[in-house]
Amino acid sequence: MLDDLDQFRSETRAWLEENCPPEMRDGGRTEDSICWGGRNWVFTSDAQKTWLDRCAAKGLTVPTWPVEYGGAGYSREQEKVFLEELAAIDGRVPLRSFGIWMLGPALLKFGTHDQKLEFLPPIARGEIRWCQGYSEPGAGSDLASVQTKCEDKGDHYLVNGQKIWTSYADQADAIFALVRTDKDAPKHLGITFLLIDMETPGVTTRPIRLISGKSPFCETFFDDVVVPKEGRVVGTVNRGWDVAKYLLTHERTMISGGGGGITGGGRSLGAVLAEEGDALDDPVLRTSAMKTELDTLAIGLTIERYKDMAKAGQGTGDASAMLKYMGTELNKNRLELMMSVGGSDALEWDGPTGSRPADWLRTKANSIEGGTSEVMLGIISRRVLGLPG
Amino acid sequence: MLADSARGFLDEKAPVGHLRALRDAGKTHDPALWKDMAEMGWAGILVPEEAGGADMGMAAACILAEEMGKTLVTSPFLSSAVIAATALKHVSDDRAKAALSAIASGELTYALAVDEGRKFAPEKIETEARRDGNGFRLSGTKTFVVDGGFADRLLVLAKTEGGLTLFDIPADRAGITKTARSMVDSRDAAEIVLADVEATGEDVLGQVDDAMAVLKPALEAGQAALAAEMTGLAAGAFGMTTTYLKERKQFGQLIGSFQVLQHRAAHLWCEMEVTASAIAHAGRKLDEDPANAALAVSLAKARAAETAKLAVIEGVQMHGGIGMTDAFDMGFFMKRARAATEWLGDYGYHAAQVARLRGF
Repeated sequence: MLDDLDQFRSETRAWLEENCPPEMRDGGRTEDSICWGGRNWVFTSDAQKTWLDRCAAKGLTVPTWPVEYGGAGYSREQEKVFLEELAAIDGRVPLRSFGIWMLGPALLKFGTHDQKLEFLPPIARGEIRWCQGYSEPGAGSDLASVQTKCEDKGDHYLVNGQKIWTSYADQADAIFALVRTDKDAPKHLGITFLLIDMETPGVTTRPIRLISGKSPFCETFFDDVVVPKEGRVVGTVNRGWDVAKYLLTHERTMISGGGGGITGGGRSLGAVLAEEGDALDDPVLRTSAMKTELDTLAIGLTIERYKDMAKAGQGTGDASAMLKYMGTELNKNRLELMMSVGGSDALEWDGPTGSRPADWLRTKANSIEGGTSEVMLGIISRRVLGLPG
Repeated sequence: MLADSARGFLDEKAPVGHLRALRDAGKTHDPALWKDMAEMGWAGILVPEEAGGADMGMAAACILAEEMGKTLVTSPFLSSAVIAATALKHVSDDRAKAALSAIASGELTYALAVDEGRKFAPEKIETEARRDGNGFRLSGTKTFVVDGGFADRLLVLAKTEGGLTLFDIPADRAGITKTARSMVDSRDAAEIVLADVEATGEDVLGQVDDAMAVLKPALEAGQAALAAEMTGLAAGAFGMTTTYLKERKQFGQLIGSFQVLQHRAAHLWCEMEVTASAIAHAGRKLDEDPANAALAVSLAKARAAETAKLAVIEGVQMHGGIGMTDAFDMGFFMKRARAATEWLGDYGYHAAQVARLRGF
């Protein structure tokens, strides 16, 4: 078994050596190095397109998905090896998207075979870019009180309402949204998980400016939007909350660092701070950095442990609240530290520390989006600890 | 499975009440319990099979230590079965093999005599082993020798001409004076004065001037197992606390329904989960890649210290006045957390190790 994995590792290494273009070996740590894909995607270089195409052809944009849906059919161990070898050559992740992180896992669990065949391969190939329509102006932390109305008009659905915090909606091709299909049912029971093409007449988006400046967040409006009934509901009508909850655990894992590596990407904080002059000579700052480093390492190990448990079929749904809470609070601490190290240099927009002030402000949303830290603690106290409601 | 069988045994033979009974009787060691644990194979958990052990590795030893921590089990497990056994395994002579056999059977107990000052600092010691003919004469004072009050043998770290040397000597050798200390956690610890104690080349564990080849792996094994004990301790205290939150009423409501307590309890659980990952990782790393386990071990011990402290502070606070009474068990958890934090390096020591290994 281990020999097989060693063999797999050397094959992977050889494949990467041959196929990963030199331009794609810079770690891809900046925002504009990310390839999101989609109908309107403009590749930043030929190398970016080549790299995506080569990976997609082997199913490596979604290594653990089944081959028939565009994946490579890898085991968790094989995926680990692939990611380790990719990191070893500082290779960029070929494609990132909400389709990969969120909709894909939800379709794999709740979708019909036809839905999987229709939607998963384009996600894997980076041809369709999805966004998420959950929150509404009146339904933030209390997500289940969604009001966006979806009426059954016989041969189609008619959708009216408004979503907020729809990340990248202005660039997305399609949206997976929670809509209310039964206003008389208890609030968790009248919700449906619906797939809507963003090019449908009546869908409009407007970007939201945040304290950190320009942001990927948008408001999305639905005015008499006609949605075909065939194949556009994931799971069962009125039971969309089950899908939403499942998908939220993926979103939380992602925000905690499982999908994007916000826990430092394996790079030591000591190494990062060593580039910032004599920052580590300040005993208070040094102490704070040491604690942050300990937490970073231990939370990274926890993300790995939970992934292993999930693969072994051990339920970790409610526990993803833990990862989300710990990961985002850590990230806030980390950026507070980086601001402190940067001193007055870090007070200047696009100054000597680059995007750091914007990054710092942006982290404040981490513990709000995808369920606030307080909601996470509430989930843990009720569902994990069984404390009275 | 190992955890479950250990739990069953320990709940019967060594609940927290066992520690309380020992304390009330003025004792720090229960030879009968250690004999039972040896029969379960625990004393030989790291001892090779050919020396009569179970040879199950550090991940398994950490699981046992964690279960022991849940009920504050008092035994020579760490000193003898983990630390001494690991040191002896790094020496391949017949004497070491015989000692390992005797550890596995529970006949022989060990204590580690390294510390001399208030804090763990093995590289800063004064005890000297002076050359004397073919042998040595040891002089110095060792403090916080855990299990030193009853152990049959001592592992003594001393300075020699070209470095540090580890000696393995009987605790009753001429020139050794032991003074038992009344410890806050009711466990065994002694001050040991060595006055011109004779040692031969036979008594050297490993090579002269090269103590760390033997001691470093032993310390790392001990630190990882102690960290595991501390997460068990945190889980034990937390279990009592959540039970209490579900039973205790104030102002006509269960106190566990108060959001301020819910969120603090949930936060503590998160810290415990994260620390558990570091502990599991350290055990695995010591089994799979022991030469490079230092970072994993220090991460585990540092996190364990912080988490155990939080668990016992919240444990007492959430229990209110009853948590402060000696009749209630929470105090035992608090005291053990403090002592276990200090032994083999505290948070500051291990955080600094992590920082060093991560290029700070």
